[in-house]
Amino acid sequence: MIMKIIVCVKQVPDTAGGVKFKPDGTLDRAGMLAIMNPDDKAGLEAALRIKDADPENVKVTAVTMGLPKAMAVLREAVAMGADEGLLITDRVLGGADTWATSSTIAGALKNMEYDLIITGRQAIDGDTAQVGPQIAEHLGIPTISYAKEISVEGKSVTVKRMFDDGYMIVKAEMPCLITALSELNEPRYMTPGGVFDSFDKAEKYTTWGRDKLDVDDSNIGLKGSPTQIAKASDKVAKGKGTVVTPDSPQEAADCIAAALLEKNII
Amino acid sequence: MSLEEYKGVFIYAQQVDNKLSNIAFELLGKARELAADLDEKKVTAVLLGSGVENLADELAEYGADRVIVVDNPELKDYRTEPYTHALASVINEFKPEIMLVGATAIGRDLGPRTSARVKTGLTADCTKLEIGDFPLNPIPGQEQKHKQLLMTRPAFGGNTIATIACPNHRPQMATVRPGVMQKIAPIANAKAEVVKFDPGFERNNCYVDILKVVKEVSSVADIADAKILVSGGRGVGSKENFKLLEDLAEVLNATVSCSRAVVDSGWMPKEMQVGQTGKTVRPKVYFAIGISGAIQHVAGMEESDFIVAINKDENAPIFDVADLGIVGDLNKVVPLLTEKLKAEKAKKG
Repeated sequence: MIMKIIVCVKQVPDTAGGVKFKPDGTLDRAGMLAIMNPDDKAGLEAALRIKDADPENVKVTAVTMGLPKAMAVLREAVAMGADEGLLITDRVLGGADTWATSSTIAGALKNMEYDLIITGRQAIDGDTAQVGPQIAEHLGIPTISYAKEISVEGKSVTVKRMFDDGYMIVKAEMPCLITALSELNEPRYMTPGGVFDSFDKAEKYTTWGRDKLDVDDSNIGLKGSPTQIAKASDKVAKGKGTVVTPDSPQEAADCIAAALLEKNII
Repeated sequence: MSLEEYKGVFIYAQQVDNKLSNIAFELLGKARELAADLDEKKVTAVLLGSGVENLADELAEYGADRVIVVDNPELKDYRTEPYTHALASVINEFKPEIMLVGATAIGRDLGPRTSARVKTGLTADCTKLEIGDFPLNPIPGQEQKHKQLLMTRPAFGGNTIATIACPNHRPQMATVRPGVMQKIAPIANAKAEVVKFDPGFERNNCYVDILKVVKEVSSVADIADAKILVSGGRGVGSKENFKLLEDLAEVLNATVSCSRAVVDSGWMPKEMQVGQTGKTVRPKVYFAIGISGAIQHVAGMEESDFIVAINKDENAPIFDVADLGIVGDLNKVVPLLTEKLKAEKAKKG
């Protein structure tokens, strides 16, 4: 029996590169630099380590949803060692919130075979951490979020699940969905052979449009999104306070002490 | 579904080991404010767990008018499926207009799974919630809805701010960042209406087994509760040099915290980290000492009442958020400040 692992990866704007919006308030992704989301990359690495242990019997498929240019993260995934990549792309899917995004991806997964699905905990653009658990709900499978360690044995998977005050060791039967923390591992680099293969072997990539998805029209795209953007803007810095360059450290100390006294802090 | 059937503000009263988490009180504080702007003023806390009913009084003291309790052994420790089943069942039965959940490691798992089950939108990790119109301004040909929950949240690592509404689905759901909302001063002996609800639990494929629960109990103070924080960054230079900050903190009865760089260098534990990947704090006074002020750090402390920054680089971005910025050498300024404050305290007796 081949174990089939699907890793959901997202192409995200590098937040260091600046952020742009379209006039309707949705993100102008085309205008920004793109990378594979870090938590997703850790998820991919976790899948590849499972494959490393039994290369003949584990198949890793990277799945992404996005603009056609998101194919770049699938190439990166294949160059790292994934067996194949699936791009879900269609104009009608644009402007989706987490509900519509998770419904759409689940709509693709329903037409695929899987034992284990791994997503990143959250993407660095939206920072929601919602799509993974929501995909699992749409598919009716267990979720284990915030995974810091993953091990597979037979038909079950054991995960170190992090909480704010510690962790749990949790065991689930597959099929199951896990959301991965960046702290899970140190992702490998692409290999030269992998990079060559990722461009040379077109048969490794599939593109699905809306017609290939098992999802209702009312659950996709901007129209299928319960949440709507009222306003989006770049962050406005707080009004500047006083910045002083005192002549001596003593003067600096006196200046701070005076401010604290004035505010009745001491 | 008729949206008008959904009434009242509900909060998920997170408890761990039968102790209410701070976020439950913060959400109640916010819920009271929101309810004041709505027709239905009742605030309801949803309490899920095993043997937790006795926590209802505490929720009442912090502002709950009603507590819906689902008490079942399946809810002893947090697991996604039984908790989702319980919360979704409460939502379907009691029909809240607004459902708030803490953006904790539990809430950010429970929230999305529940919102998907009850088929509504969810806005993640909100830092501001208010009642208002959607669209914000009238748009010809589009109905402007009133008394909507407007949910504001940072995205892109704090580079942008978006305000989100959920105009056509109920409940309007949000996860709320811990440490941001204000709890009310507890009302002694307040009582809430307690409603017991049993949705029935049946083990299915989504149940997982907990093999081990490990608490990483920290002996240190929670920086989110501190009134004054003395926070150090890479500029402090070494683990040993944090002594300067500890001395200052001692005079002020403050707690020492730090930036991510300090945790990465192994000078301070992760629990003391302020920022996007650490904790959000809003003390009365925040000292940023040798902290350059990367956007990820600022996101965690900019709501502080009074920010004092000491940095030798006059171009450090921390000065953009500081109320009082001192360009100077922390190694000289901090000890002198400590001495000065000691003297002032002695003067006051």
